[in-house]
Amino acid sequence: MAHAKTHFEIPAKTKTWSTIFMVLGLIAAVGGWFFDKTDHHQYWWANLLICGFFFFALSIGAMFFYAVQYAAEVAWTAQLKRIFEAMWSYLPIGLGVVFVVLLAGQLHMNHLYHWMDPEVVDPNSTSYDKLIANKMPFLSSWFFWLRFVIYAVVFIVFSRLFRKWSLLEDTAPSLELHLKQYKRSALFLVFFAVFSSTIAWDWLMSIDVHWFSTMYGWYIFSGMWVTTMIFATLLLIWLKKQGYMPGVNASHIHDMGKWVFAVSMLWSYLWFCQYMLIWYSNIPEEVTYFKERYDHYMIGMWAIFFCNFAIPFYTLTSRDAKRNPKYLTRVGIIIFITHFLDLYMAVVPGTVHGHLQWGLGEHVAHITFAWWFEIGMFLGFLGLFVSVVLKALSKAPLVPVNHPYLNESENHHI
Amino acid sequence: MANKVFHVMYDDDQTLLDAARALVAQGIRVKEVFSPFPVHGLDPIIGVKRTRLAICSFMYACTGTALSILGTWYFMVSDWDWNIGGKPNFTWIENAPAFVPVMFEFSVFCGAHGMVLTYLLRNGTLPGMPAENPDPRTTDDKFVMEITTEDNHMSAQDLEAKIRATNVFELSIKDY
Repeated sequence: MAHAKTHFEIPAKTKTWSTIFMVLGLIAAVGGWFFDKTDHHQYWWANLLICGFFFFALSIGAMFFYAVQYAAEVAWTAQLKRIFEAMWSYLPIGLGVVFVVLLAGQLHMNHLYHWMDPEVVDPNSTSYDKLIANKMPFLSSWFFWLRFVIYAVVFIVFSRLFRKWSLLEDTAPSLELHLKQYKRSALFLVFFAVFSSTIAWDWLMSIDVHWFSTMYGWYIFSGMWVTTMIFATLLLIWLKKQGYMPGVNASHIHDMGKWVFAVSMLWSYLWFCQYMLIWYSNIPEEVTYFKERYDHYMIGMWAIFFCNFAIPFYTLTSRDAKRNPKYLTRVGIIIFITHFLDLYMAVVPGTVHGHLQWGLGEHVAHITFAWWFEIGMFLGFLGLFVSVVLKALSKAPLVPVNHPYLNESENHHI
Repeated sequence: MANKVFHVMYDDDQTLLDAARALVAQGIRVKEVFSPFPVHGLDPIIGVKRTRLAICSFMYACTGTALSILGTWYFMVSDWDWNIGGKPNFTWIENAPAFVPVMFEFSVFCGAHGMVLTYLLRNGTLPGMPAENPDPRTTDDKFVMEITTEDNHMSAQDLEAKIRATNVFELSIKDY
């Protein structure tokens, strides 16, 4: 019995549901491919990029938070570290999905990235675009793919090392090992500080290639951070409900709730600052991004901003709310979905411009979005992510055995 | 019989916590504790109610938001409609994004200042107010627990015996 409590086993019901979700996702992906009559299946590829990036972001967000815990010598999260390790076990898959989208773009199977077309930077071509050509030192394909390789190598190497040392600590603990994790975490944060911004520029901001914003990297980063904290909190509450992690008390749940609340406010701050400065200065080269959204997605854009700001602000301000797992779960699920929609708003307007050609055979309709396809893709990737994470979670003791701060974490009281 | 007040001094916060726990377990009511810093975990032992300061702060911040909306509307729209950077302020709502930083700052300002004033007023520690702590050493490194016979249904001798059973640094007993 004691064994059953320290090692996580995936409940049969969860396995069934994650499989059902993955099947739904596959149906949506196949169906969407045939329904999407937009040029080069643009909408289909845009959705693949959203789902690919969203869950990839969850895994690098988990690595970031884990590294912060080590670099800042945080004690109370010592019991929770396996949750974050499990979340980044999805990293290679998430990276693979993004790779497929980018490679397809490079091979001109999709036109998500306007600048990947060599015509627009060819001075002799009729479609020559001086603004894009000026950005070519950064966006030239060799440099773009070199950056991709660097990101992939750095993230995969660090994730493997962190996991290896964490498991090693269970069997052969030593202070040297802990200090090594501390130092390497700090080093990882240096890489992450740069890459979290450049990834956002490369894969998302370059969709609206005529536009740039110095706040964009932080805006995407804060979005990935808050979704990471929501997912980790929901997973922790779910594990706790099943009787795992007996050392986790109301104070841990409270502190995770604080993270969700605080990072939601960080995201709102960055979103609004980016919007307000561009709106106020009203310069043509800056407003293109919001012009696109105002033209086709006005209500959606504001609704998503208010959901992501006002819901956590008004529901999670009070202490009692953050200590109530049921309440925290409900709020968490809502803002998890609205943050997904926020990423949708970052990708879709610049790629399909609010205009889809959608249907089978001759019955092609002109619509703004195709709800069943989006929901199906989201559920499919959610099912995949959850099953990968839970599988990784079941492979090691749920609570690290020899973490030096374990005792302090178990006595966490606020 | 005159009421007695016991000022029990401890020289360590952990000793204070242990003593408070032991005394409360015997049904003794601790009236007040004077301490140089907030002692973690003391409140639930001596039965201090959860603070309502956060609720006050929320109300002050809401007041700040309301006042700043009124202010920006009056100064920037109603009294003299400003035209900044080609954005004429004919209505408040169309220019609301420009007023958000003011609203935010003023909400924080009112919330923070209101909270500090409420805290000082409620504790009686506004500048110039007479000190209430029985011993100046409680502002340095000593902890004093105040227990009265009025609160506790036992004789002064019984109470004193029970208090002396804890790890007392100094005890003063006064009539009041």
